[in-house]
Amino acid sequence: MDLFEYQGKQYFARFGIPISKGGVADTVDQAVAQADESGYPVVVKAQVKVGGRGKAGGVKLAENAEEVRTHAGNILGLDIKGHVVKRLWVEHASDIEREYYASFTLDRGAKKHLGMLSAEGGVEIEEVAVTNPDAIALLQVDPVDGLSLEAARAWVDRANLDEPARAQAAELLVKLYTCYTEGDCDLAEINPLILTPDGRVHALDAKVTLDDNAAFRHPEWEEFAGTEVEDERETRAKERGLNYIGLQGSVGIIANGAGLAMSTLDVVNQCGGAAANFLDIGGGANADVMAAALEVINADPAVRSILVNIFGGITRVDEVAKGVLEALDRVEISSPIVLRLDGTNAAAGREILADHLSDRLVAEPTMLDAARRAVALAGGQS
Amino acid sequence: MSIFVDENTKVVIQGISPTSQGLYHGLRNRAYGTHVVAGTNPRRGGEEIEGIPVFATVADAVEATGANASFISVPPKFAADAIIEAAAAGVPFVVCITEGIPAQDEALAYNRLVREFPGTRLLGPNCPGIISPGKCNIGITSGDIAMPGGPVGIVSRSGTLTYQALHELSQQGVGQTTCVGIGGDPVPGTSFIDCLRAFEADPDTRAIMMIGEIGGSAEEEAAEFIGSSVTKPVVSYVAGVTAPAGRKMGHAGAIISGSKGTAQAKMDALAGAGVTVAHNPTAAGEAMVDVVRNLG
Repeated sequence: MDLFEYQGKQYFARFGIPISKGGVADTVDQAVAQADESGYPVVVKAQVKVGGRGKAGGVKLAENAEEVRTHAGNILGLDIKGHVVKRLWVEHASDIEREYYASFTLDRGAKKHLGMLSAEGGVEIEEVAVTNPDAIALLQVDPVDGLSLEAARAWVDRANLDEPARAQAAELLVKLYTCYTEGDCDLAEINPLILTPDGRVHALDAKVTLDDNAAFRHPEWEEFAGTEVEDERETRAKERGLNYIGLQGSVGIIANGAGLAMSTLDVVNQCGGAAANFLDIGGGANADVMAAALEVINADPAVRSILVNIFGGITRVDEVAKGVLEALDRVEISSPIVLRLDGTNAAAGREILADHLSDRLVAEPTMLDAARRAVALAGGQS
Repeated sequence: MSIFVDENTKVVIQGISPTSQGLYHGLRNRAYGTHVVAGTNPRRGGEEIEGIPVFATVADAVEATGANASFISVPPKFAADAIIEAAAAGVPFVVCITEGIPAQDEALAYNRLVREFPGTRLLGPNCPGIISPGKCNIGITSGDIAMPGGPVGIVSRSGTLTYQALHELSQQGVGQTTCVGIGGDPVPGTSFIDCLRAFEADPDTRAIMMIGEIGGSAEEEAAEFIGSSVTKPVVSYVAGVTAPAGRKMGHAGAIISGSKGTAQAKMDALAGAGVTVAHNPTAAGEAMVDVVRNLG
């Protein structure tokens, strides 16, 4: 789960990472109240999970209440790359001496944690990584050892941060590492991390991605869950416990297993079509799950045909076939369905379906045949 | 021959109870012919479930039965501890199929194994397990779709695509030495390279099928290893050509971030290492059938 900036900052604050004094506002009046509380001048920042909000007019400096009123009014409701601003973060504006970059994430190749620290923050760090890779000091951290203050100090020296920033930055990095590990982040990133003219180091932005697998030990994450911006189709699917991702095509996809579902998308594409979604129904392809999956796909107006691709391992294909028929009894489906059922007990499964096949319910022997048929039925090339 | 498990493998099921996933899959594995010699449950030591003796700890089970492999399908919050318990008891091969383990737990457990228990190989987590057809099956793979006798070794990051690959080959009369599902998580205990190295050393494995997916750089690293150290023919398929960037496709590891981890980059790297790259699972099966026929 990606957090909004304000959530990320509040999460940082729990771990003692210094942030600017500020708070959230959903209305112009709240923004003014928050600005009065934080102390002028303030920065009014649009809360959207998309980059480039500054260029889009979503970040403004305000010297007084009147300016806050104007900017908050303009930014609330602003459409930034398809994301409508519903919430603001208003904080005391900091004087900036220097801008740095700091982050922790997992280095999958090394199977250890990876810290990145740069004295050249504030700009696109990807660009720095390409044009001047030496400007980013990498630090591999073995999870068994963790990050000691001593190691953090050496790292800060190596990154060549300005002298007055070093001691505070080292302490902050240890806190950021704790936030990343104990806070179960996939990514904890500060860009920019700033040094103020009066010699203080703190986080001016926050990019945090939480590991959904760790939600069971973080009841405090519940407050973040409600604010996730989702595709309507995805909300419906989540309510039914389905692993669904909305896409732009016209062939609805139901498959068991993430790999097979991904592969089904590819094969539909190779046959000249485009998938309307990714949907992995996992191991339990029973009637309830199948009905829920068909309902979710049927509610997507872009869908013209539905491809059900099941490979029975533990899941027996005869049970899947019964599940499909039972689901069709319960749900009225507006698009034709193409079935490819293979694996354990496939013959028995096909027998069960034999009497029910029609131009609305078609069976194909292989994944490729089924994809071709579904694409043709969706009006793509055959 | 086979890799990692064979007819002498003796399995202990960690976290066994009459209603546990471990028992359900363990009984299926036993029905396939796998030696399931013990189960563990701290509250049920001394009991017997479906003829499987239950011990309080893995160490007790190993001492009493000589178990040399363990099978873990406990819930995510207990999985990392279960892995370490097995390693501390000296179990050399641990299969963990649990899905949804926090990445921090996974990274910590992996690095503890490397440092404290180098004699233990972990397969998984979040994987379908391993099958050496006709000899041993640990995990959730259906034994019916596998065919004994080789000559193909299979290694895969995805569960259902592994079944698909087994099925395609078995239907064409091409058997398998061992089929390893390494799983789709960010920190897999056993990598493509571990399996490629083992298949290269296994005289009965004469060709290798490798099934990858988007995310990370494991396929690119495998390609480099194949180029330098694998002499046997390799056929590969990578899922997720059409996956959008920035979205997790079911597996925690299956995510494209930035320009890294795309299927195309992986396929290019593999093709560059001399691997036959197929564009869908069926084509991969057909390509492998051709390879096997040409082995003579």
